[in-house]
Amino acid sequence: MSRRRVGLLLEVLTPVLLLVGLIVWSNGSESFFFPPVTEMLTTFRDTWLFERFASDAVPSLYRLGVGYAAACLLGVALGVVLGSSDSAARAAEPIVEFLRAIPPPALIPFGILVLGLGDQMKIFVITMVCVWPVLLNTVDGIRGIDPTLLDTARAYGIRGVERLRSVVLPGAGPQVFAGMRTSLSLALIMMVVSELVASTNGIGYYVLQSQRNFAIPEMWSGIILLGLLGYLLNALFVLVEHRVLAWHLGARGVDH
Amino acid sequence: MHADQKGAPMLDVIGLKKTYGTGDKATVAIGDVSFSVSAGEFVCVVGPSGCGKTTLLKCMSGLLASSAGEVRLHGTRIDGPPEQMALVFQDYSRSLMPWLTVRGNISLPLKRLRLSHQERDQRVAEAVESVGLDSFTDHYPWQLSGGMQQRVAIARALAYQPDILLMDEPFASVDAQTRADLEDVVLRIRERYNITILFVTHDIDESVYLADRVIVLSSRPTSVQEVVQVPLPSPRDQVATKELPEFAHLRAHIYRAIKRVPDARAAVGA
Repeated sequence: MSRRRVGLLLEVLTPVLLLVGLIVWSNGSESFFFPPVTEMLTTFRDTWLFERFASDAVPSLYRLGVGYAAACLLGVALGVVLGSSDSAARAAEPIVEFLRAIPPPALIPFGILVLGLGDQMKIFVITMVCVWPVLLNTVDGIRGIDPTLLDTARAYGIRGVERLRSVVLPGAGPQVFAGMRTSLSLALIMMVVSELVASTNGIGYYVLQSQRNFAIPEMWSGIILLGLLGYLLNALFVLVEHRVLAWHLGARGVDH
Repeated sequence: MHADQKGAPMLDVIGLKKTYGTGDKATVAIGDVSFSVSAGEFVCVVGPSGCGKTTLLKCMSGLLASSAGEVRLHGTRIDGPPEQMALVFQDYSRSLMPWLTVRGNISLPLKRLRLSHQERDQRVAEAVESVGLDSFTDHYPWQLSGGMQQRVAIARALAYQPDILLMDEPFASVDAQTRADLEDVVLRIRERYNITILFVTHDIDESVYLADRVIVLSSRPTSVQEVVQVPLPSPRDQVATKELPEFAHLRAHIYRAIKRVPDARAAVGA
């Protein structure tokens, strides 16, 4: 077998074996906190396929999606401005560093006060957290573009929107994606945190509610769903990244 | 393209000076450089290493503001990269967009010219054919060798159809064989398009082989040390031309001119 095949086999086999092991080990478990894994899985199927999917998973995903998308757009847009002008970057740096330093959950009380308990508050919190990695990485990415590339663009009169589209954004692309990736995991965290406080639906809300009602298998099913979501979102992200940054990965592969 | 008569002055460099920094810390990179390039001419600029050739080229292309003097293209003063000028940088791997294919790189500067799709495609096709990269239009730069990447940069400049082509030590980082091939590519292109070329190099052989006229620069603060006519027959040939006694003579002459620089300056100082 080739190395690649062995690697793939290990990647698939390890979690499967671990899961089987857990099922066997937890079989007949009397523990209140750790019910048998089979029971968790049954509950998972009954809950999320698809009884509560629309009522709890969809609202969560909606907030995550809107908040994350807004953060990415805002982060890139502001990053382009700050990355293109030294004086703007100088002026903004202390403010950015201050805002970034605020522990994100501390924004929730303010969000509730201003935006209420609904989706808006949660989206606001997610965006406020996710915008910084994208913003800072975009600034770094733009500053790191090779001066010869920029000279080339200048010499050929490539400017304005065309310069942004064909030179600046692709040049900063690898860094921008690194920022977006960090933000994606932050988005998932903030989605759950915002739903644990004053919420009426969502996966985070469901996990908390189940725990309060001593519905432990239900609570576990919510946690499992969050883990799966994180895994799938990341996989989706990697897929998009590989498409958009194919040139970058290819070029790096050649360099090695 | 501009309808210049062959032999009419196209590019004028008049009293160009470039100083970095101010006050006591100021360093004079370019002392005083003046010369002209006529339409259709192939002019090489050589000089000792570190004499500010790249700085000079950046000033001429409008990428860098000069401290004094001016550069005129078709009689108009340059204060930014002019539209009728194309540039080929030394560092091909950093002047091609790695996210664009060969075709994408060549057609990028053409976008602002608002050509029809048909004409754009035609220009790209013709340019890649001129540099011998016909079958590589869909490759990315990093999939090509160094010499091929520099061909792409040349094709990009060609498709742009400039009046004048500025080349900054374009073959300094390729191997000798590739270098000879690329020199001939440039000569063929020049023949075919009757393009005006200003070629900066530190290689004396290369300058004599390519040029109609060689401008020899002094070391810093840079000025024009000597202008040498190259009356070698065309078309040039890597073997036959370099065999000519005249070639050896010119080569030796320029070599001495460059080496003589310190003596000349000492004499002036004394």
